[in-house]
Amino acid sequence: MNDKGLTYGGAALLLLAVSIVVSLSIGSAGISVSDVWGIMIHQLPWFADGTASYTDGEIAIVTQVRLSRVLLAVLVGACLALAGTGFQGVLRNPLADPYTLGVASGCSVGAAFIILFGLQTAIGMWTIPLVAFATGAATLLIVFWLSRSNGAMQIETLILSGVILQAFLGAFVSFMVSMSQGVVNQILFWLMGSLALRSWDNLYILLPFLAFGLPILLLYGRPLNLFVLGERHAAHLGIRVERTKLVVLVASTLLTAAAVSVSGVIGFVGLVVPHVIRLMVGPDYRLIIPLSAIGGGIFVLWADTLARIALSPKEIPLGVVTALIGAPFFAYLLHRRKLKQGGAA
Amino acid sequence: MIEANGIVQEVQGRTVLNGLNCRFDMGKIYGIIGPNGVGKSTFLQLLSGVERPKAGDVLLEGRSIYAYPRKQLARRMAVLQQSGLPPVGFSVREVVGMGRYPYQGWLGSDSDDSEAVIDEAIKAMGLTELRQRKMDQLSGGERQRVALAKLMAQQPSIILLDEPTTYLDIGFQVQLLDTVRAWQRERNLTVIAVLHDLNLASLYCDELIVLHRGAIAAAGAARDVLTAELIGRVYETTASIVAHPLTGAPQIMLQPSSYRDDGR
Repeated sequence: MNDKGLTYGGAALLLLAVSIVVSLSIGSAGISVSDVWGIMIHQLPWFADGTASYTDGEIAIVTQVRLSRVLLAVLVGACLALAGTGFQGVLRNPLADPYTLGVASGCSVGAAFIILFGLQTAIGMWTIPLVAFATGAATLLIVFWLSRSNGAMQIETLILSGVILQAFLGAFVSFMVSMSQGVVNQILFWLMGSLALRSWDNLYILLPFLAFGLPILLLYGRPLNLFVLGERHAAHLGIRVERTKLVVLVASTLLTAAAVSVSGVIGFVGLVVPHVIRLMVGPDYRLIIPLSAIGGGIFVLWADTLARIALSPKEIPLGVVTALIGAPFFAYLLHRRKLKQGGAA
Repeated sequence: MIEANGIVQEVQGRTVLNGLNCRFDMGKIYGIIGPNGVGKSTFLQLLSGVERPKAGDVLLEGRSIYAYPRKQLARRMAVLQQSGLPPVGFSVREVVGMGRYPYQGWLGSDSDDSEAVIDEAIKAMGLTELRQRKMDQLSGGERQRVALAKLMAQQPSIILLDEPTTYLDIGFQVQLLDTVRAWQRERNLTVIAVLHDLNLASLYCDELIVLHRGAIAAAGAARDVLTAELIGRVYETTASIVAHPLTGAPQIMLQPSSYRDDGR
């Protein structure tokens, strides 16, 4: 498994690096690819020899605008894909994802509320992600409560509850948008999901959540493998089932809240990415978790690149791009489940 | 020794176990029998430490089973479930390897002999040919063999079997119980099995425990427990008991209620 992990991990990282390089070079400002890389290399301290011939504007576009956005796309993608992997693993539900479970919408309600009332810094720079986490976690509890019957959770019922709550909470955010005057655009952006006009500050908000969530989920890779056999089997093999569920759900919700706080609701990333990874490397969560983080980064990076160049200079909201890819994929998974009904999809 | 003291448990608001007391000595095969819905599987779940009773306690070596750290318990006790293993995408080798989980540290460091233990379990269950096969490509009987191999890899001293033969045809039923008994004799294991089939229970168990109306109706060796009177009282049907022609173990012959003695 280690050889397999290194091979796939290396390939994924290489693909991510290439994607970052290419995406950085694409944009509407008309800076040539060689100039982009000239500027980037000159940012490195040991190449700053003073022979640079780029304008401050060009440097600002590349380092402030493009680089921060590209890295943000990678981190948001990693967070969402990890959250989706966590939800799918611990709920043993192939259709689970921060979006289909309603958690992302729950997070956006908290975030929109904070913005509407101008409370962004009420308890420091973490106000939005923490409030988003609280409302996201509350949403998850409601979804569980709605879908529980006789102590068991049906796969489809859970997703149905999630989608219903997502519709309700989306309406709630729309309501807040219509109530506000000055901050419409800022909140609207939470509904559609976008990475436009973000800055390095957003990266700093995201990083600690990822630095916390990724190792936690990696640590739970093996227990999640045993979860595949069923909760009872896992318990009999010595896993503390309830604690595992709690930790993984909290970590996944935190990752969702962080992503939603900086980018709004970007759907289906957590659904598509782990499935594609699973198709490639098999069911082992010790591989799926790290590769989903990298794969999520690549997926959102390309979706965002598409969002900003497809109709340039107009931008398509990122959430629209991922939904156009993700919703048909969801339909495909549903169809496949129906084909092998009775078996574990 | 495992002791169940004053166990009370409800299932969906209905009291199924009502003050049950029971003792299991080490190194024997116990069979738990009784009619449907009497709480046999519920009792086994309580013995496994996964579920807690509403009242009462289960003691393993004098200590409450619910006070054991889960991994430590899993090193001593393993459970084979009725439903078997689901058809997942893991290979046979990987699933059997999961039996080593209780011996692994947080970062997945195995004890040195894990590989050997896994290989031995795979060989003992005749799965060597199938070791690289995915679980979803196996038949139900083959998956049950994988489940048992996983149990062996867990190296327990106590195994709990929850109606292990339900979904198997008779050939596999005998094969499975033969394997369990050979393994039990070799390692001096304690086996507690919920069994549906009274004749199999009689053939394989050292002691039978009959559950009826939330308590123990009878306990002891099969020849003492399996009487026509008990079958009539617990299962509400008439049966004749005959000795097995080879082993002498009591076997139950059912009879249609339309059959009358005077027609003989």
